[in-house]
Amino acid sequence: MRFLFNLFVLLILIVALLVWANLPWYGVLALALVFVGWMAFFRRGRQAASVTGVGISTLKQRLGSSSVVVIGIAGVVGVLVALLAMGEGYSETLRKTGSEDTAIVLRGGSASEVSSVLTRDSILVIEQAPGIARDKQGKPIASGEIVVAANLPVKGGGPDDEGSVQVRGVGDQAWALRPTAKIIAGRAFRTGMRELVVGQGAQRQFAGLEPGREVKLGAQAWTVVGVFASGDAYDSEIWGDADVVAETYRRGSSRTSVFAKLTDAKAMDTFKAALAGDPRLQVDVDSTLNYFSKQSEGMSKVMRIMGITVGSIMAIGAIFGALNTMFAAVAARAREIATLRAIGFRGVPVVVAVMLETTLLALLGGIIGGLLAWLIFNGWTASTLASGTTGQLAFTFRVTPELLWEGLKWALAIGFVGGLFPALRAARLPVTTALREL
Amino acid sequence: MKYFHLIWAALFRRKTRTVLTLVSIIAAFLLFGMLDAVRTSFDQAGKSANGAQRLQTGSKLSFIETLPQGLGEKIATVPGVKSVAYANWFGGAYQDPHNQVFTFAVSDNYIDQYPEVQVTDEARKAYLNTRTGILVGEKLMEKYHWKIGDKIPLQSNIFPQQDGSKNWTFDIVGVLHPTEQSVAFYGQMILMHWKYFDDAVMKGYNDGHVGWYVTRVNDVNQADQVAKAIDAISANSDHETRTQTEAAATASWMKQLADIGLIVGSIMGAVFFTLLLLTGNTMMQAVRERTSELAVLKTLGFSDTSVLVMVLAESVLLVLLGGVIGIGLASVLIPFVSAGSGGMLNLPTVGVNSWMLGIALMVAIGGVVGVIPAWRAMRLNIVDALAGR
Repeated sequence: MRFLFNLFVLLILIVALLVWANLPWYGVLALALVFVGWMAFFRRGRQAASVTGVGISTLKQRLGSSSVVVIGIAGVVGVLVALLAMGEGYSETLRKTGSEDTAIVLRGGSASEVSSVLTRDSILVIEQAPGIARDKQGKPIASGEIVVAANLPVKGGGPDDEGSVQVRGVGDQAWALRPTAKIIAGRAFRTGMRELVVGQGAQRQFAGLEPGREVKLGAQAWTVVGVFASGDAYDSEIWGDADVVAETYRRGSSRTSVFAKLTDAKAMDTFKAALAGDPRLQVDVDSTLNYFSKQSEGMSKVMRIMGITVGSIMAIGAIFGALNTMFAAVAARAREIATLRAIGFRGVPVVVAVMLETTLLALLGGIIGGLLAWLIFNGWTASTLASGTTGQLAFTFRVTPELLWEGLKWALAIGFVGGLFPALRAARLPVTTALREL
Repeated sequence: MKYFHLIWAALFRRKTRTVLTLVSIIAAFLLFGMLDAVRTSFDQAGKSANGAQRLQTGSKLSFIETLPQGLGEKIATVPGVKSVAYANWFGGAYQDPHNQVFTFAVSDNYIDQYPEVQVTDEARKAYLNTRTGILVGEKLMEKYHWKIGDKIPLQSNIFPQQDGSKNWTFDIVGVLHPTEQSVAFYGQMILMHWKYFDDAVMKGYNDGHVGWYVTRVNDVNQADQVAKAIDAISANSDHETRTQTEAAATASWMKQLADIGLIVGSIMGAVFFTLLLLTGNTMMQAVRERTSELAVLKTLGFSDTSVLVMVLAESVLLVLLGGVIGIGLASVLIPFVSAGSGGMLNLPTVGVNSWMLGIALMVAIGGVVGVIPAWRAMRLNIVDALAGR
């Protein structure tokens, strides 16, 4: 009988957790409102509120053990939010890159820019396709670009410590194609010169990328003339004139990709159809927004799985910590609870009171953990070798409100599980034995 | 040791509490075991006795640039070089262009440079005799249910064949069995003939170039000089090289991938801080409850020191018990995690070093946690304690 009851509770618990995990914020709000209403307007609810009040007023005497719940849950939420913020920052950086009305053209079947090759002839054909916006002089806003990589010394590393940075050879139209990119120091490179502008992310990571300094790409010396900022994945690149980059890397007149500004997002279909229908070409067309978002998919998934795995294992630890504390709390207050039951309080208010107490502690822990993660990690810079690029991609951790909300939900779930069993024990304690104890 | 049963009994005086605390400790050390495996797999990559003998030579410009094939003969004449092999990145994908399968086009002696990757003699013979033959890593064979003798289609996301098609067909002739953790990724790799690749690829795409050279040296201690001598061959040419030991090259890749040490370190810091508090609380409760029992022990003639040691031992035992179960659980689970990740993660099982570090941590945490309760127990005044004051 007892076993069946426990099994039943466990089942309810699993269902409740599943529902909870998928509950949107307004669902949670509604739930909270219903609960508060119950506490305010029903007799049982008022009883529960007063028992909770008694419990909370004695918290001070159990400061040590209660803080275990708070800090344990703060730890889980802090680590979880920080890890998710890493994945979020990474995919956000790539998601922000590109727009719906800019197209990227790659050779058919190429997984990324760096493995694509387009000949001079194809580029000329692509640039004349319908749907491409034109500038004031009537030239199409499209540019054949070449993506290669360079080894550069890492900032703060040893003399032999080199990292890979993505080098993009671009044409005059590059700035028109990417309105977010702005020169923030120095000036833009001049056509035909061995000059580079560096993204602010690349500048942070690699040594010697200050305007006026020379860097070596292979055997050749290039001058850094400016720094640009765009707030997205381009920040991790360095840009130079496409023809000069192609010459350095012995690529002749071929390029890796064509970027084209379309008249608007709706022109994408026309543009795509025109290129697909051209027998001279065998290319893949996508919006840049789509292309860069897709690049982030695999890595974001890995980061998210990692966060959830670590978070879950920590949560198990925290649940048992909370169980421990709350069982002790219930045991310490056994007489008090039995007295309440003896003078007519029913089981439900007692259960609710114990659970509410744990939930409040959990909420506190969740808030502290989220706050810590936000204070320490929001804006923290990290970098990784992104898939589909040849260089390091710098990104900042982003602790978004959604992540904090997710963290709080975890905290409340841990508190719920950690409080449920002690609460049931409290309610089912036979009054006479409890009163006789001590 | 003669008090062991006493300590054990004290530990399980309150079963629920001890078990609950144990589960928390198990969770913490389970996490430790798994994260430490991740850290070690990053640390160990490329570090092995065989790896120390290998040098990798690539273009100084960047890793995507190629080198002339003639360079190999010059490298072979450098004093201290035992043998030279070369390879190219093929960029293979199976079924879907985004489903990448790491494929190298390699020289015939490439596999000899990796004695820790086992290939049977007949597989080797079949490989040398089959132009379109490939050697496939054992994990890949399992993943796609391939058999020796199968013809498999691979797409290259870089290289078209002479007829412009990027669909290549190969014959599986043998399996690569990596025998050391440091070369475990060969279990996920495909090796094809460089010669066939260079012949079949469309003109203008490779033209006799190679991606990188793998050189074995006679004497590990001379590796640095040999590396310098190799780079000197093409100094000031239009294809300067950069030669590193395999360990250095891999370490540099891993470092660019992620600062794993920092991530693991911060997570474990948070976990152990929480654990310290949690176990500390349990021990405080345990000693507070047993005040009168401890007083009885002292009355029976147990010295202050032995009471102190017993409480301390109890707390260390608690953490050790949970910790050993936790790391043990981790070593059981890790193979499943590796298998479940579909080859993305290739974790070593918990090694001796991780165990040592883990046990040191357990003793340290147990000690720190037990100090205050043990101190209290030692200072206990018999009369006051028995009177319940």
